[in-house]
Amino acid sequence: MVRFERRWLGLAAAAGSLAFASSAFAQSKELVFGFQCDRTGPTATVGTVLCPGYHDYIDLLNSKGGVEGFKIKVDEIDNEYKVPPAIEAHERFKKEGAVLEGLYGTPQTAALNKKLEEDKILGTSPGFGTAAAADGKRFPYTFPIAASYWSQAGAAVEFAKEKMGGLKGKKIAYLFYDNPAGKEPLPILEDLAKSEGFDLRTFAVPAPGVEMGSQVTDIVQRYKPDFVITHLFGRAPSVSIKELKGKGYPLSKVVAFVWGSAEADIVAAGGMGLAEGYNTLQFAGVGKDFPVLKDIVAMYKAAGKPAPKEMDSTVYYNRGILNAALHVEAVRNAIKAKGGAAPTSEEVKNGMEHIKGFTLDGLLPPMELTPADHEGGGWVQVWTVHGGKLNKTKDWFQGYRSVILKHLAADAQKS
Amino acid sequence: MFHREAGVFKTTYASDMALYPLPIAKWTMIGLAVLFAIVLPITLQEYYLSILNLIFIAVVGALGLNILVGYTGQISLGHGAFMSVGAYTAANLAVRLGLPFWLTLPAGGLMAAFIGALVGIPSLRIKGLYLAIATLAGQLIIEWTINHVPAISGGAQASIQVPRPDLFGFVLNTQGRLYYFLLFFAALAIVATLNLMRSRIGRAFIAVRDQDIAAEIIGIDIFRYKLLSFAISSFYAGVTGVLYTYYLGIANYEQFQLGVSIDFLAMIIIGGLGSVLGSIFGAIFITLLPIAIRTLMENVGSLFFSDSELANVVSGTRLAVFGGLIIFFLVIEPEGLNRLWRNVRSYFRVWPFSY
Repeated sequence: MVRFERRWLGLAAAAGSLAFASSAFAQSKELVFGFQCDRTGPTATVGTVLCPGYHDYIDLLNSKGGVEGFKIKVDEIDNEYKVPPAIEAHERFKKEGAVLEGLYGTPQTAALNKKLEEDKILGTSPGFGTAAAADGKRFPYTFPIAASYWSQAGAAVEFAKEKMGGLKGKKIAYLFYDNPAGKEPLPILEDLAKSEGFDLRTFAVPAPGVEMGSQVTDIVQRYKPDFVITHLFGRAPSVSIKELKGKGYPLSKVVAFVWGSAEADIVAAGGMGLAEGYNTLQFAGVGKDFPVLKDIVAMYKAAGKPAPKEMDSTVYYNRGILNAALHVEAVRNAIKAKGGAAPTSEEVKNGMEHIKGFTLDGLLPPMELTPADHEGGGWVQVWTVHGGKLNKTKDWFQGYRSVILKHLAADAQKS
Repeated sequence: MFHREAGVFKTTYASDMALYPLPIAKWTMIGLAVLFAIVLPITLQEYYLSILNLIFIAVVGALGLNILVGYTGQISLGHGAFMSVGAYTAANLAVRLGLPFWLTLPAGGLMAAFIGALVGIPSLRIKGLYLAIATLAGQLIIEWTINHVPAISGGAQASIQVPRPDLFGFVLNTQGRLYYFLLFFAALAIVATLNLMRSRIGRAFIAVRDQDIAAEIIGIDIFRYKLLSFAISSFYAGVTGVLYTYYLGIANYEQFQLGVSIDFLAMIIIGGLGSVLGSIFGAIFITLLPIAIRTLMENVGSLFFSDSELANVVSGTRLAVFGGLIIFFLVIEPEGLNRLWRNVRSYFRVWPFSY
């Protein structure tokens, strides 16, 4: 018995020392990026495309010698859209000495906001998380770096206004996923309905969002709106396209928020042909016509491999590129500001707050990140399904920016 | 919990019910206490402490669910929702009234106990799968209510930021400090459950589980004890929710959805229904296994794949390995890890002089 216990103690001690040893490796001229991803959870359709995009951009950069002489190592953790693994991931990134991290998921971002601030590591949450995080003074280490749901709401209304030639007396239906993220744009929409004089009616779709026949019937046959704004996630966007089309509503009068606007959503609804006219908001460029994507294809070709199939899903893939590119630029700014030395995570945060005029030939919006504005201006594009593919119908714009800023200020006052 | 002598030598009820049947058991306990209170926090890095913190929170929740499912035999799919009740109660009290954690924590627990007892009322008429569906409804109703009542949820985001807990001006804001905070409550929950189960109430729970009609005949008030079991179990859940809230600094109902209820059921089934040690094993297993598998596969996989390919391979196979291991452990021992541990122990009880 005694001998048995001693052996186990020895084993445990050995395992413990091994764990210590493996973490003691440190390399010079290398920076670690933490990156959370969802490749297996409920939003795996996003993660399995977005994350390879992120890795490909970093690989491309490393193959060209890295950023200012530093190679980048990405430590990716699949959080399965669950909160405890996201906490664990953040702590691991911290242990590995990550200078920044990419977050994934709205509840995960909410859970980590405070930790990021305490540990002084910036986290990016493009397209999710709370809209209030655009306020860099309240959330110093959280960076949405893309249009928040508030900005998307403003942009959707502006687009509707342009399409209909005015909003006065018009009827707009808002079809949304019944969770905090889905409800977030409501204050903006209600405010705009009042100031612009249009009638707004909201239609909630309960989770998991695959059953919305009655809501769509209500919209199409009872309410008969002039325009429909949809804000759905997961499988729900394709169901909404199918239902609206099936009930005879013209898709050219529908605009979807950023998580209902991927090629996969449209194809799952029955194909590009069926969804002719469907409008989508985008916070990153769509399509393959960007030099950086061609460089990635060339990189694969040089290695004797075909281009990854994820590249065909350009909406999410390009968002991965956007995320990676902004991470790299933040680090580049930080290294330059320090005269070529390895930056700390706080200096990287400063670097992120000085990104301006970096667009990767139009893949990124003309955003400007400042210490006060971590959203970068809330720019979006509208891409419309036409002739079997997504075409750009409206270039980078900010919808009702002054209204969004007013709400941000009011929200800051409240807390 | 850990030791037994090589036979049955007990002559009094008191010795039969003792928490420490042998002197060595007491020493093991003291050893464990020293290990967790002094050795680990000093030697471990913050990262490993953070994993332990997650395990401590899970232990409290698993113990609570085991009281209900394992000891009383009432299945519940609403554990996650009860956590959110505790979380939002504590968050509202902490933010609106500025109460300290030692008031909000029991308040969150009591509120969850009250709601839990309400959701438990159908258990008086229905059992088994039917009760599972009734509690599932409870889970969904609570989720919906929090999502749609701004007075509870604090607005469209349905999340309330809470300040870090502080004790006499000492702010618990690092993993190391939170470690002691969570360790204290995990230890308290373990001791409380061990004692509860050797009390009159605990024996009544077990009687209800084994045969509720027989229990009623020997004079156990089924109505009272079933609801009490729901209340106590939900109290633990509520406290788990409060601990989560203080650990993360935010209450958010999306952290307590149906999947969480199922995770906790998985913990106690794998750990062992109706045992305190099983709850602990289950909480450790479910929290640690994905991390362990990932670490292992990253190290092995890097021999075969490049970094960016590896990420895809790891997430896919990790789920398969995780599921496979759960099946494996349940097949070799359907009664859970606790039984497996007991088998090992009873083998060595008479070793090397077994038959």
